[in-house]
Amino acid sequence: MIEFFTSSTFQTVLSALNSGFFKTLQLFFITLIGALPLGLIISFGSMSRFLPLRWLTRTVVWIIRGTPLVLQIIALFYVPGIWKWFNWPSGEGGRMMAVCVAFIINYACYFSEIYRGGIQGVPKGQQEAGQVLGMTKSQIFRHVTLLQMIKRIVPPMSNEVITLVKDTSLARVVSLQEVIWMGESFMKGNSGIAGLVWPMFFTAVYYLIFSGIVTMLLGRLEKKLAFFQ
Amino acid sequence: MAILDVQHIEKHFGPTKVLEDISFSLEKGQALAIIGSSGSGKTTLLRCLNFLERPDHGTISVGGNLIFDAEDPATQKEGEVRKKRLHFGMVFQSFNLFPQYTALKNVTLAKELLSQERPDFKEKKRQILEEIREEGEVLLSRMGLSDRAGHYPSQLSGGQQQRVAIARALALHPDILCFDEPTSALDPELTGEVLKVIRSLAEQKTTMIIVTHEMAFARDVADDVIFMDGGVIVEQGPARQVIEHPREERTRQFLARYAENGGA
Repeated sequence: MIEFFTSSTFQTVLSALNSGFFKTLQLFFITLIGALPLGLIISFGSMSRFLPLRWLTRTVVWIIRGTPLVLQIIALFYVPGIWKWFNWPSGEGGRMMAVCVAFIINYACYFSEIYRGGIQGVPKGQQEAGQVLGMTKSQIFRHVTLLQMIKRIVPPMSNEVITLVKDTSLARVVSLQEVIWMGESFMKGNSGIAGLVWPMFFTAVYYLIFSGIVTMLLGRLEKKLAFFQ
Repeated sequence: MAILDVQHIEKHFGPTKVLEDISFSLEKGQALAIIGSSGSGKTTLLRCLNFLERPDHGTISVGGNLIFDAEDPATQKEGEVRKKRLHFGMVFQSFNLFPQYTALKNVTLAKELLSQERPDFKEKKRQILEEIREEGEVLLSRMGLSDRAGHYPSQLSGGQQQRVAIARALALHPDILCFDEPTSALDPELTGEVLKVIRSLAEQKTTMIIVTHEMAFARDVADDVIFMDGGVIVEQGPARQVIEHPREERTRQFLARYAENGGA
C-alpha cells in the first residue's frame, strides 16, 4: 500500500492532477470575482423602470439560463474565429480566457436573479423608513437594504457556488487542462502512462474537499448573519 | 401662524380617487387626530405629507414656506424633496425598524449620515458622533428603553419596537411628527405603553398628526380631530366636539359603529 503512494507513477499523477486542479481553482475564483459584481449590475438592469433596458436584460438572462453552459463555452471559443471577429490568444492561456468569459457571463445571469430576489425580498417599508429619515438612494442601499439582501441571498448563493465548483469541469470541452482533463489524460496517455483509470476517479477527492471547504465557509457566513432577523 | 397648511390636496391611484380636496392647517404645539374607516385615505394623506406619495393637486406649506405645489415641478426636485421630508417625522404602523441595527443605532443612523454633510464633519467627526450617540441614549431613556439600547429589533416586543421607532423619528427634530396607526399592529396589552409615550409627547407640546382607531385616545390627547370618509374630510373641529357631539350624520354613524364594536 505504502509502496503505491511512494511510487513514481502516483507522484507523476498527483502532480499532474494538482496542476489541473490549480487551473480549476483559477477558473472558479476568476468566475466569482467577475460574476458577483456583474450579476448585481444585471439585476439592476432587470429591475429598471426604463422598459427597453429591462426587456433587453431579461431576454439576455433568458437566453443564457435557457441554453447549456457547454454550448456557450463552445460558441464563445470558436465563433469569434469562425466569423473572423477576433482570435483568442493561442494555447492554454487563450482557452482559459475564453472559458472565463463564458463562465462569468453565465454565472452573472444566475446571480442576477438571486440578487433580484434578495433585493425585492426586503420589505418596501425598509426603503420608506430610510426615505422619511432623509437618506439618499445610495445611502438606503448601502446602509439599509444591502445587508438584509446579503442575508437573504446567502443560502441560494451557496447552492450556485457549489454548483460552480463542479461546473468548472465543463471547460474540458475546449481542452482546458483542468483536473478532470488531467485525470482522463492518464487513460489516453500522458507522461508515458496510459490505460490508467483511477486518476480520473481520484479527481472526485479534490472536488469533495474543495466543496466541503466552500460549504463550511458559507455556513459560517450564514451564522455570522444570524444576529438579526 | 400655522406650522402646517395643506390646501386642496388630491390624489388618484389610476382611476380611483383616494384623496379629494383635502385642506386643513395645524398650529405649532398642537396634536391633530385623523379618524375614519379603513380605505378612507388617512394613510395616503400622511404619505403625501412625507413625500412617499406625490399629490396630483394641491399645495403643502410648512412654517409659511411653500414646500410642495403639484403645479410647480420646481418644488418636486428629488434632491430637495429629501431635505423637505425632514420637516416631517414618520412612525409607521409596522414600525419598519432596521433589523440589522441595535435600537440605539436605529435612532442615530440617519443623523450620523446627515452629519456627514456638515462642512466641519471631518475635523470634528469624533465629537459629532459622540453627541449624536448621547442624544440617542437620551431619546431612548425618554421612551423608557435605556436598558434596551443594545438590543436588536427582533429581541424587542412590538411595543418596545414602536417606541424605538418614535425615538428614531424624534432624533431628526421634525417640525411635525406623523403617526400612521401606531398601535394597530400591536397586541392589545402592548398598545398602552405606546399611547402613553404619545400622550407625554402631546403634553410636551410636540406638533403631531396621529392617524388612529383609538377614539378615546384621540378625544383625550388631540386638540383637533379630522374625520375622513371616501377620500374627503367629512368633519373637522375640536376633538371633544367631533367625537362626542359630531355634527355630520356620517361621523355619527362611524362613531356609533365603533362603539358597537367595543371601540371607543
